[in-house]
Formats: sequence, C-alpha cells, structure tokens
Amino acid sequence: MPNHDFVPLEALMQGPKPGLWRTPEEFEGHIEETEQEEISEEGIEFSGASRRRFLALMAGSMALAGVTGCTRQPDEVIMPYTDPPENVVPGRPKYYATAAPVNGIAEGVIVESHLGRPTKVEGNPDHPASLGATGVHSQSCLMDLYDADRAKEIIHLGLPQDWDSFQSAWQQAIGPIQDRHGAGLRILSETIISPTLGAQIQAVLKKFPAAKWHQYDPAGPHSARAAAQMVFGKPVHTYYKLDTADIVVSLDADFLACGPGSTRYARDFAMRRRQGDRLDMNRLYVVESTMTATGGKADHRLPLRYAEVEEFARELAGALGVNGTVAGNGAYQFWVTRLARDLEAHKGGSAIIPGEHQSPAVHALAHAMNAELGNAGKTVIYTSPLEVQPVDQIQSIRELSRDMNAGNVDLLLILGGNPVYNAPVDFEFTAGMEKVKTSIHSATQFNETSLKTTWHIPEPHFLEDWGDTRSLDGTVSIIQPLIAPLYPGSHSHLQILDAMLQFPGRSSYEIVRAYWSGQSGAKDFEEWWRKSVHDGLIANSALPALTLSPNSNFGTPQPLSAGGIEIVFRPDLYMYDGRYANNVWLQELPHPMTKLTWDNAIFLSPKTAKQLRFENQQHVQLIYRGRSVEGSVWILPGQPDESITVDLGWGRWHSGRAGNGAGFNAYAVRTSDALWTGTGVQLRKLDIPYPLATTQLNQSMEHRDVVIRNTLEGYKKDPDFAKQTEHEPAGNLTLYPQWDYRGYAWAMSIDLTACVNCQACVVACQAENNIPVVGKEQVLARRAMHWLRIDTYYEGDINFPTAYYCPTPCMQCENAPCELVCPVQATNHSSDGLNDMIYNRCIGTRYCSNNCPWKVRRFNFMLFQDWSSETWKMQRNPDVTVRSRGVMEKCTYCVQRIREAEIRSENEGRFVRDGETQTACMQACPTQAIVFGDKNNSHNRVAKLKAEKLNYAMFAELNTRPRTTYLGELRNPNPEFQSA
Amino acid sequence: MPESIALEERQRQAARPLDPNNPLEVVAPSTTFESVSDQISSIVLTRKTPLFWWCAFGFGLFLFIVFGIAVSYLLAKGIGIWGVEIPVGWGFAITNFVWWIGIGHAGTLISAFLLLMNQGWRSSINRFAEAMTIFAVMCAGMFPLLHLGRAWIFYWILPYPNTMTAQPNFRSPLVWDVFAVSTYFTISVLFWYIGMIPDLGTLRDRAAGGFQKGFYGVLSFGWRGSSHHWKLHKTACLLLAGIATPLVLSVHTVVSFDFTIAILPGWHSTIFPPYFVAGAIYSGFAMVLVLGLPLRKVYGLQNLITVRHLNNCGKLMLVTGLFLAYTYLIEPFTAWYGGNSFEMYTVHNRAVGPHAWSYWLVILLNVIVPQALWFYKVRTRPIPLFAVSMLVLVGMWVERFMIIVTALDRDFLPSSWSNFVATFWDNATFWGSIGMFLVLFMLFVRFLPMIPMSEVRELLPFSRPGGGTEK
Repeated sequence: MPNHDFVPLEALMQGPKPGLWRTPEEFEGHIEETEQEEISEEGIEFSGASRRRFLALMAGSMALAGVTGCTRQPDEVIMPYTDPPENVVPGRPKYYATAAPVNGIAEGVIVESHLGRPTKVEGNPDHPASLGATGVHSQSCLMDLYDADRAKEIIHLGLPQDWDSFQSAWQQAIGPIQDRHGAGLRILSETIISPTLGAQIQAVLKKFPAAKWHQYDPAGPHSARAAAQMVFGKPVHTYYKLDTADIVVSLDADFLACGPGSTRYARDFAMRRRQGDRLDMNRLYVVESTMTATGGKADHRLPLRYAEVEEFARELAGALGVNGTVAGNGAYQFWVTRLARDLEAHKGGSAIIPGEHQSPAVHALAHAMNAELGNAGKTVIYTSPLEVQPVDQIQSIRELSRDMNAGNVDLLLILGGNPVYNAPVDFEFTAGMEKVKTSIHSATQFNETSLKTTWHIPEPHFLEDWGDTRSLDGTVSIIQPLIAPLYPGSHSHLQILDAMLQFPGRSSYEIVRAYWSGQSGAKDFEEWWRKSVHDGLIANSALPALTLSPNSNFGTPQPLSAGGIEIVFRPDLYMYDGRYANNVWLQELPHPMTKLTWDNAIFLSPKTAKQLRFENQQHVQLIYRGRSVEGSVWILPGQPDESITVDLGWGRWHSGRAGNGAGFNAYAVRTSDALWTGTGVQLRKLDIPYPLATTQLNQSMEHRDVVIRNTLEGYKKDPDFAKQTEHEPAGNLTLYPQWDYRGYAWAMSIDLTACVNCQACVVACQAENNIPVVGKEQVLARRAMHWLRIDTYYEGDINFPTAYYCPTPCMQCENAPCELVCPVQATNHSSDGLNDMIYNRCIGTRYCSNNCPWKVRRFNFMLFQDWSSETWKMQRNPDVTVRSRGVMEKCTYCVQRIREAEIRSENEGRFVRDGETQTACMQACPTQAIVFGDKNNSHNRVAKLKAEKLNYAMFAELNTRPRTTYLGELRNPNPEFQSA
Repeated sequence: MPESIALEERQRQAARPLDPNNPLEVVAPSTTFESVSDQISSIVLTRKTPLFWWCAFGFGLFLFIVFGIAVSYLLAKGIGIWGVEIPVGWGFAITNFVWWIGIGHAGTLISAFLLLMNQGWRSSINRFAEAMTIFAVMCAGMFPLLHLGRAWIFYWILPYPNTMTAQPNFRSPLVWDVFAVSTYFTISVLFWYIGMIPDLGTLRDRAAGGFQKGFYGVLSFGWRGSSHHWKLHKTACLLLAGIATPLVLSVHTVVSFDFTIAILPGWHSTIFPPYFVAGAIYSGFAMVLVLGLPLRKVYGLQNLITVRHLNNCGKLMLVTGLFLAYTYLIEPFTAWYGGNSFEMYTVHNRAVGPHAWSYWLVILLNVIVPQALWFYKVRTRPIPLFAVSMLVLVGMWVERFMIIVTALDRDFLPSSWSNFVATFWDNATFWGSIGMFLVLFMLFVRFLPMIPMSEVRELLPFSRPGGGTEK
C-alpha cells in the first residue's frame, strides 16, 4: 500500500515536482491504484476521488482554523486517513471563512466543518454585509448543498455522460461556429458579479467576436438600473448606511427582511433604534403595496397600491422642493406635509429607500429626494455597479428569444438560472429552445430548463468549488470550498468557460487564483492570497463612493388606470425567483406576516375580500391578460384595497421532491411589459378545497400582555411601564425549596424593539439542532417542529394594523411546569437553570407540552426525522441527538455549545467569558435582538439587559420564573401624526 | 300453621305484585331458592343462546377487529395518525380513558359501597355491574398506554429496580394514576371473583359433565358450601368491600388530578375531584342500565331485576346528575369570582368557541335530559330509562372531551391556539374499545352467572328469620 505522507508546505510552494501534483487531473494520473482501499474506510458513500479531495481540502484549509495571521497551504494535498492529519480531532469542528452568494451578492460567512462535512453556517464578523450575522439564505444554504434531488451527472438527452464526451461534443459543435467567429453562439447567464467569471466571459467573447452574451434575472434590480440611466446617465449602484439615518422612508422596500444587504441594513437600523439608551430612536416610515416585515416594524405605515406609491413619491418630492416636480393633487397631503417636515428637520440624516420592484420613476425620485436632503454620500452611497456588465436584462432576453425563434442560435450556453421557468411568458422562450441545435445548461439543479436543453452539466454548490463574488459595498470575497463536490460530474461555470478557451481547461482554483494574481497588485501574491482567503474578504476592495447629482428626468406621471384590481409581482422572501424551491428548510420557514409554509398565496385586503365574497383560503382562478393560474386567497391585514400581491418563485414542476407543486407559478401570467404590476385581474371562485398551511392560526394578542409596548414618549414619561404591566408574584411562592444558582445561571434576553422578523434565527436553530422538517400535511395538522418561532401579532384596525413580532423559544422556567408533570422524569432542571430534556427517557405522554403556557415543546408525532437520505445525514450536527418518533423535544439554549464552552474554560482554568457561548439564534440574529449569557455575572450583557426597566417576563403571574425575558417594544411615532 | 295452609299462603303471596312499601322486598315474591338457581344456571348451562347474544357479540367482534387494525396501525406509524397536535396534546385517547374508568365506578359502588350500606337490592345487579367495571377498566387502562409516543416502554412509568436507578417522578399525577388504576383493577377482579365462587360451585354441581364440569370445577376452587366456607367467604367479601369502597372516591379523584395539577385554565380547579367522582358514578349507572335493561328483557330476568332496581338506579343518576349540574354552574362562577382573565376566557371559549357544540351538548344531555328522572314513570319504565341512560353516556363522553380539548386548544398564549380535529383513526380506536368491551361482556354473560345466585337467595323471605312474613 503506497503511503502518502503529508506533503511539506515548502515543496508545494515550489510548484509541481515529479510525484507531486497540483490538480486533481494530474493527481488521478498518478495513483489510481489506491482508490479501492480508500473508499471502504468509514463507509462514507462517496466515490474514492471525492473522498480524497475532501480530505485534501480539509488538510489544505487546516492551517486557517481559528488563528489569524497563520499562513495557509494551497489545497490540493492528500493524506490517507491512516496518518491522521495534525490538528484534526474528531468531534472538534473547524471553521473556515467563505462567502455565500445570496441571489448573487455575497454575504460573508464562516462555516463549521465536522471532519470535512460543512454542518453550520455563521456570519463572518469581519465582513461588511454580515458583521457576524446571517440572513435566511446563507443560513439555509446547507440544505441546497445536501439536497438529495440535486443534479448529479452530466446528462445528454436524458442519458448520463462524462466530461470527456461533453468536451468532444463541444468541439464538434463549436467547429463550424468558430469559422463564423462565433456567430450563432450565445451565452445566457444570470447577473454576473463574480469578477473572475466576468473576465472569462469577456475572454470568450474576445475569442468569438460574433457571439453574444445575454443576462437575465427574473427578479433582479431592473428598475434601479433603468433609474440610474435616467437620472445619472450611467449605471450606478446604490446602497444605504442606516446607522446614521434618523429618518428612514421606505417606498415599498422590504429592506429589513428581504433583498441583498438586508442583514446589514437590519443591524444598522436596530443599532440606530437603540441609540442613547433608546431615547434617541430613529423613525421609520413605510409606504408599501403589501404587508411586509419592514412595514410591520414601521412607526408609520401607509398601505398604498403599487401605482399610488409613485404618485406619493412625486407628491413628497414636490413637498421637498425637488427640481422638476410639482406639488401633487394633495391626495396624501396629511402624510406628505408631516413627513416632509420631519425629513427637512433631519437633512443629511435620513434615507429614502425605493423598493427593488418599484417603478424606475420611484427610484429616480428617491435619488432626487436623497440628493435634495443632502443624504447622498452620507446615508446613501453611490458606487460603480457591482455587475461586470450592466445591461437592460429584459431587452437582453427579448433579443435572445427572438433570435432563437428565428433560428439564428446554433449553440446556446446557459450558465445558471432557469429561463424556461421564469422568462417573461410573452417571449416564447421555451418554444425558441426547440430551435437551438445544441444547448447546454449548467446549474446545481436539474430544473425545468435542463429538461429542454441537450446537455446538462451539474454545477458545484458554492461550498464545493472555488469562486469569487462581491458584497453590497463591492467588497470582494474569494469563495473557498469546504468539501469536494459530492457528485463528481460537477463542473463550475469557470471550468466550462475555461474549456472553451483552452483545452483541457483548468480547475476553478487555478482560474480564480490566476485571475487575482493579475489583479491583486500585491508584492507578495501568496501572502495576499492567503490572507484574503483566510479572512473571507479582500481587504479594502469595497468600491469607492461616487459623488453624483441626479438630473430631473423622472418620467411623466402616469394617470392611475382604473382597470379594476391591480396585481403586483414580488420575488418571494425565501424562494426568491424560484431557485430555492427545493430547499426544505425554506419551504417550511413561515412567511413572517402570514406564517404560511409550503405555499404562496394571493394576498387580498380584508375589504376587497369582503367585496368579492371570498373566505380566507378560497381557491381561485387568477385570470390576467388572457392567461390564468390557480391559487388560494390569503386575507392579509394591511394589504391595500383593490390590489393583490403574488410571490414569484413557486409552482415549480421540476425542482425536486420538495419544490414540485408547492404553490402556484406566478410567472405563468407575468409578461415583459408588466414585469411588476398591471391591472385588470379577475378572480374566479373555484370549488376546489386547497388549504394553506400556516403555523400560527391566531394573530391577535387577545388583549393579553404578550408584547408589552409603548411609544417613546410614553416611555420617557413612565419608564417603568413594562414592570407595571407585568404581574410578577412577590417572593418565592412555591412549596419546593428554592435552588441556589451559584455557578452559572444561563439566561436570555430578547429585545422586541430590535426584532425585524427576518426568521434567520429560526433557520439557524433548525440547522444547529437537527430539527426535522415535517411537510405541508403535518404543518396543517399543527405539528411543525421549529423549536424557536417568531409570533406575529396584529393590532388595531385590520386595514391599517400595527404588527408586533415576538420570538418565542423555550422560556427555561426556574419553576418549570413541564418538569413537574413528566411521569418518567424525562425533563429535569440542571444546576445552572436549564430545563433539560432527556430524549432517551421520554415515553411521549405530551403532558409537559400540555402544561407549557407558551407551547414551545415539539413532539415527534411520527417519524419526522429523515433516517435514510445519506446526504442529509452529513448535515447533522454531531453534538446534538437526532430524535426519533414518539419523543418530545424543545429549545435547549443550545446546551451543546454551553457545555463545550464550559469544558474549554475549565481546561483553561477560568470562567466562561461573556459572549463565548452563543445560542444559534443569537449568533444568527442580524439585529442582535437575542442576547444569551450567564446572568449571575452582573458585567455580562444579558445581566445588564435584564436590569433594564423595559425587561419583563411574559406571563410572570404564572410564577414559573422564566429565564427568557423580553425587553418591551418601543415605537417612535411622529407626534404630529397624532394631533390630527 | 298447617303445612297445606302454609303452601297456599305462599302461593297467594307469590302471585301478588311487589310491595312498594317493603324495602326488603326486591325480587318478585314468586322467587324461590330453587327457581333462582334454575333460572340463572340455565342461561349458562342449558338454554339456547339467544339471537340477541349472537348479534351483540358479532357487532362487538366486528368493532374489536377494527380496534385491532387501528392499534396495529397506531403502533406502526405513531400517534400522528390521530388528531392530536401541539397544543392539543391529549385528545380522544385520554377522553376515552376518563370515560371508561368513570363507567367502572358504578360497579364498585354497587358491589362494595352498597354492600357496606346494607342495601340488599344491590345483589341482583352487582355481578354484571362488577363485570362491567372490570371490562371498563381494561378498556380504560389501554388508552394511556396506547397514547404514549413510545408505547412499548410504558413500564418505565413503574417503580422497578433497574441498573440506571431511574425511577418515575412521584410528583407527576400520571404516576399516581398508574397506582390508582392498577389497585382498582386488582381489587375489582378479586372482589368479583371471590363473590362468584359459590355460584361457580353451583354451576359445577349442575353441569352436564365432561368439559363443563371440569371448567367450572377448576374455577370454583373446590367450593363445598360448608359453613366454614361460607364464613370465610363472607368475611373476605366484607373485607374487600371495605378496601374497595374508598376506591370509589379515590380513583376518579386521582384521575382528576391529571387535570387539576396542571396549570391550565379550565383544568386547574379544586372542584375537580368531587366533580369527577359524581360524573363517574353518573355515567356508571347509565351504563349499568344500558346493559341491564336489554339483558333483563332478553333473558326474562324481570323477576330478579325489578322495578325497584330501575327506580333506585334512576334516583342515583338523578342525584349525581344534579351534582354535576352544580359543578357546571360553579365553574363559571369561580372563574368570574376569581378574576383570572385566562379562566374567564376558557369559560367563554367553552360556551362560544369552536367547540361550543360540545359544551351545549353536555348541558343538554347531562343536565336537561336527566331531569326526566324526577318522574316515577320514567324511572320505572325500561324504554325511557334506557334512552336517558344512553344520552347520559354520550353526554359524559362529550363532557370529558370538552374538558380536555377546550382547555388545551386555547390556553395562555394566543399564537399557539388551534382547533382540534379528530381523524378516522381516533374514531376507530374509540369505537373499537367499545367492541372490545362488548366482546368481553357478552362472553361473561354467556359463560358466567350474570346474577349472583347465592346472594339473591339471601334476599328471599325464607332466608330471613320468620320466613319473611314479618316486616
């Protein structure tokens, strides 16, 4: 048996030598005979090559673990496991920085790896888009990686093929095209932000000058691009710095919970909200066309139809004295005059944010207003675009569809995306595909588009291969993989394009590295490279801010059409444009405002529903411009009247087992001339029962003190209001002797003012604690398993409601009612105050759950855990028991993390430091609303928060003495609004 | 008195109807020692099994098979096949448990409590009422086991020595339940069986031979009817009655602790123990009548189970029913008087919430319908009495359902509120348990003396000094 020892670092740095190797291809040539014995070891069900590579990657990245300033080895190193790699201790995870491209734009993450398996994603504290927190998409990316329905093989006309046959097929197809300088060759990609990939596409276009590159994203920032052309005359990228914004005005933007940058925006917004002991709160105005998480958080919210938002923006611009606008007809005078006064009082300290799906005119007006208020350069930052080549994407795909249908496309390379599913329906894209001789689709999923192409090449997940991308402020991150591709057929877009440029092509690693060696400008590239990869970002790579002044080209005001009910298309919060449809965590993640899972719905206002005589969940046929889809109605408080909102990204028919048939496909009625909105929708009642699965059936607080709340003015007058509302029983009303918590006393504080209902904590909890998904049927049967949920309550007029969010984990009561009633002592109290659950002892009487006032316990009514999918097994956190049928489970305050920190600190002869152990929810929370720690130490954050006057325990009168307490919610309404 | 006159007098006496003013006279005056033994033992030994029996047994067997399927599927899939959910963690299973165990209570009350109270009339109905108790407790006892998420390790709830030194949690009412129910079952079986030994002896003596003789011979434990035997037998019965009598009160009190110990509004209430005991006896007597009335008709037992029995059972139902009505009344009052908003909401939820039908059905069936029992004619006529009893049985099941579900579905935190919906399997298990009860009860009727011959003989005037002619 050949012995592959650790290759010395020095040897690698001098480049390949005989017997050593750099690329897998090179490597395979050398030692094929060793494959067999390495497969069998540990029974890991990968092929030998991938297992070797994953060990190799592990070894390569090893030096990165934990210690800053340490150098990093290049990747392709192999070790047999018989000589265990140094520093790899089974059971002790490693952490690697990388970047998650969320809808293309980077969020810096640190990924936890157990023996080479990525198991958990955390935010990268150094990354500007994350600051240590994560959004739902980066948090749930593991379910995309381990998706059992992913594309696994290179497919040609339904049959599996290998890379070599693809390459020879490619040579055949490209031959005649090469002679025509590329005429007939088209590349269709999503928005390309990756600098390396962009450079490669441009190199391909240089080689084939007559070829064309198209870009299309169905839910991208089309309006922002158009508006930048209108008012700046060139493509410009805009982002916001909300930490200095006293007044934030959202014009239909759900910036706190959705879209690129929302993680950072939520952090800045919440920090600004808590400024000066909350006495110096910012103020949020939201004008929006549906009820969003951001709208629910607003101090003032105005529901307007999509088309009216533009009218409102014009009127506001007029009131602010923006050049080229006139004072409007006064329809929104009450709001506009007061809002304008408030904005003018905070010049340079406000931000007006237009919604990504709003019209270009709204974006243009927002630019003008921000300029007028002096916000540009302070709270609103302009840079050159993130994209390599900004284009009018609708025009781009229109041209492509036209050329395909005209038979002018011989060879079509589709890099990612799913145009067959999501191209505007009037372009006849699918029909055009039939006329393309050779079409190649590369994506992580074998989706609807793959079905129509002649070739499909699986794309590695971003945790499987190298790449690069930019974050919202332009900061570049090198994406480093944590695991070798699970499916050996995977070839990245970089590799595919490289194979077009040269034979046989390089690995993604070499391509990215080669690109940046030309770009870095560093004296010592190796050191620069290692630092950049290690840190998860390239230092000082943010795009410089531009100073621009907008012109007054806002388009002409369109008269509001009176064409009946308006339809608004929005990208889904979780499915986005449909790409995450097979992600089971996201499928089962409750929509923040409706708590819907597994479906989208047609959102209707209560008044309109009444007019149409629709009950909630009425199944209807939506008829729009001669096309129709069928979906169920959801009556949404705060939805503007005469307007329906539908989420894109659902109703997939070839996404995999989870996504197929979930929801309805709104793309089926979406045309290019009405991308985001249109009027003239008809809804026809259908006599089909189609129930929608929601996790919260009652969204009223029923006049109970669930969320204790006040205005800022009220708080200033009576800082103790929360304590007065809370009914904490005096003394120690219990028959049992009091326990003296001497050592640690773990506790949690949840700041309700900060929570923006982004649901990142819910996914983080699910990922950390091996929480199963149960499927729509079981959600309908009220058996969703999330240990932590965010309850959404509405209050006030159902047409103009105020929303409150209440994250609800286990309260970890000191006098826990659940412990008393368990007949077998399966739930007990630990000496540091945790309410522990002994799964092995549980016989499943469910008495504990009955006796829990918060109903936070979750029961495995059936075998919810997937015991058979091999890939899912890899995701599981080895520190947490995988529960089976018939046992109760619940939030543990991530006890595995607590114990790990305790052991570590004990070995080092010290106490656990504040913040050393974080629960998964706390770590993921973008707004730092959740703080966990030892409350016995008064210097700890949690102890300080609990000493605040806003601190209260929910249902304190029950004398369960919860360890999880809340900080009452404060809102900061404009006093001028009340005077009327 | 000359012999012939005595005989004439006796025949005249036998032909007259029951004397309503003589409380000691419970069976038809025509009954003699011999006629009792003939009548009862012939049901088991010689008479042709009536069609009624085959129908009832067949129906029970069908439901019992349904039960077998439901339980197999349950164990294979998990309790998710039922409608239970979060927050309604208990549904049909615990409803059935409380209902069945309540039904059992009348049997014990009749056999033990009334024995101590020297209520002679109990003798005619005590045997089948006690059999009903045993079978009802068997049905009841299965549900807490079946409703476990992991039913196969139910024994962890028992304090048994094990290497993990893990013991049950003695603070949990579910552990108390185990002790209460298992004690109850043991005492009931003993009492029932020991009481039956003299009758088994009679059957052995009258058996035609062969298997019959052997069967009853083994069961009768060598009973010879010597006065020594009788002395021991009487003492044992009295002692067991003494042990069983407190169980009438304690078992359902402990069952009610399952609810009162919890902190839920609608459960956490001190009135529950008497409330539950009254309800138990109420439903138990209803079941005694539902079983006794058809048997009386089919097997021609009107001479042994007389109008007086019907009247007495009806009166007891009326009393316990009125007690229940009082608790129904006092519950909203204490909620209001206590000023606890959660309690008040639960009362509100019961009256107008999604399961309001159950609340009003309970009021109708358990409070309004039994008011008919004020009338002597209702209490003494089989058909109206049967109808009332049947409705009370339904009402009591719905009451348990109402108590459990409407407290759970809307408790403290509104976000977790839901609406319980039962599934096919919930119903299959419930009806299946009725099948199991019917099968066992019908086998009892067929193979064991359903009326205690020895005890009925004691009721006859000849057993008493003076031949029963003096008052």
